[in-house]
Amino acid sequence: MTAAAPAIPATAPATARGDRRSRLLTGVLLLPASFWYLFLLVVPLALVVVYSFGERGTLGGYTPAFTLEHYRVVFDRPAPFLTSLWMSIAGTILCMVAAFPLAYFIATRAGRRKSLLIIMLVIPFWTSFLIRTIAWLTILGTRGISGFLSDLTGQNIQLLGTPFAILLGIVYNYLPLMVFPLYVTLERLDRSLLEASKDLGAARWATFRQVTLPIIWPGVITGSILVFIPLMGEFVIPAILGQGKVFLIGNVLQLDFLASRNWPAGSAKAVVLIAIMLVSVSFYLWATNRGRRTRDVSVL
Amino acid sequence: MSATDAVARPAPATVPATPRRVGGGRDRLAPFVEGGFRLHAALIYVFLFLPIVIVVVFSFNGTNRIVTEWQGLSLKWYERALSDGSVQAALGNSIVIAVTNAVLATVFGTLAALGLQRVAPRTRVVFDALTYISVIVPEIVIALATLILFSVFRDLANPILAGLQPGAERPFRIGLGQWSIIAAHVLFNTSLVLLLIRARLSGMDRTLVEGSYDLFATPWRTFWQITFPQLLPAIVAGFLLSFTFSFDDYVITSFVSGPGSGTLPLYIFGQTRQGVTPLTNAIAAMMLVVTLTILLGGQYLLARQARRTGGRSATPIGIVPE
Repeated sequence: MTAAAPAIPATAPATARGDRRSRLLTGVLLLPASFWYLFLLVVPLALVVVYSFGERGTLGGYTPAFTLEHYRVVFDRPAPFLTSLWMSIAGTILCMVAAFPLAYFIATRAGRRKSLLIIMLVIPFWTSFLIRTIAWLTILGTRGISGFLSDLTGQNIQLLGTPFAILLGIVYNYLPLMVFPLYVTLERLDRSLLEASKDLGAARWATFRQVTLPIIWPGVITGSILVFIPLMGEFVIPAILGQGKVFLIGNVLQLDFLASRNWPAGSAKAVVLIAIMLVSVSFYLWATNRGRRTRDVSVL
Repeated sequence: MSATDAVARPAPATVPATPRRVGGGRDRLAPFVEGGFRLHAALIYVFLFLPIVIVVVFSFNGTNRIVTEWQGLSLKWYERALSDGSVQAALGNSIVIAVTNAVLATVFGTLAALGLQRVAPRTRVVFDALTYISVIVPEIVIALATLILFSVFRDLANPILAGLQPGAERPFRIGLGQWSIIAAHVLFNTSLVLLLIRARLSGMDRTLVEGSYDLFATPWRTFWQITFPQLLPAIVAGFLLSFTFSFDDYVITSFVSGPGSGTLPLYIFGQTRQGVTPLTNAIAAMMLVVTLTILLGGQYLLARQARRTGGRSATPIGIVPE
């Protein structure tokens, strides 16, 4: 045990008493976090699985039972899942399209302003998600862009409550999560490889496809997963910018739990959501391992 | 690599700009490509900052109701926000929850990071898996799962509590409240602190620790004199991030809050049901100031400390690639 641990507080010389004390100390150090992981992560997730097979109580909540009814409903009426899925995929692609040139610019052309540009990306990212989303209510609302477009075209145009508004909110909130991993890989990109490719007569596109892309692939995958996974459970953006007209899984979960109080139905949807997430993460691990010949920057 | 390294390094970044060969067909496009990148970057930054600027600017609007109708500079919405009883209550809740959460998460995460160095790899793998699960499971799933847990706990505990207080007119009962919000926030933030500190530990200079042992320092002294000072930036960063996470959180809080324990984000969200008012903008602007002061102030302190000790600075913004 002592050999395996790269112990900073290196274990004291092994006497029987010292050993016991050292094990006790390790236990004490790990106790609070273990308690939290067990009782606020493992047990709750297990409860979600148990609840998903139960029935709604007469006053809401849960009555013990064993039924697959709630799963059947998920597959009979998959609309919110499909909306979430296409919005998450579209959002991820839009983030990629917006983030890539920016990450490339910061990594290769920003020179001395590099750290400033990075900090300027982080600042909005660490301000309240809720507030930044609410700000778009003013901008897109009837006294903002919607009103302007309505006056311009003479028609009544409402941007709020459309998928467009939600996608805009998504790109706005998730863009930095895509830029950072892309930036890290682009930063490490060896410029001499590009020079060599150029010298060997490769066109811009061929260089990108054959030299740049394979190297930055792990960054692309990491960024996509960082954006895609939270997007699948997104709730605040559709709740605010969707104005109750666009339903993602997050909104349905919120309704099931806090409005109609049908906890088993919500739990079944949550289990399906976790399953989708696990599949995505497995795909992520598989895809990064495939590209492991290059240096990888996995977040996992 | 940290932000400071990026500046110090003699930028290899300028390489592509210099070898501009004459006659190469594609190089004639270079200025346009260059300009395109610049324009794109500029637009993205405008896009990112415009909403924040709008919130702040319109919070100073002297209008009576309509947010976007400019009626001159005024602080009246700030006055109104600060004198509003429900805003004060929400602010109080927010601060109590965020501070308690940050203290607990920082202590738990730091202890666990140190403890993980002393266990067998198999235990560490299990712990790591749980850490990552708590970070990547969508927030709303954590929120509803903890809500179920708390309700089960409540239903189990309340009959027992009632039995312990026979004859009490209004027996003490457990309900959702500040404690449940804190408990749920601490989970995510412990993982956050744990990851930050482990990253710091893995990059730490171990020769100092060995030197300390060679000089017959006890493990206890070695920890306080060598390890702890080196970990401090990561600990501070973890504390600040945990505070702002909790202070800004809406999703988990909205699921596990009880009557009277609503936080500022909950209050703001409720207000926007009737449309954005200058009042919400003023509260939002104050929240922005709190969050940014804490993060930028922390960044400044850490950078100063790093300069003094000559160590690497850990950004409080854990997301910035090291």
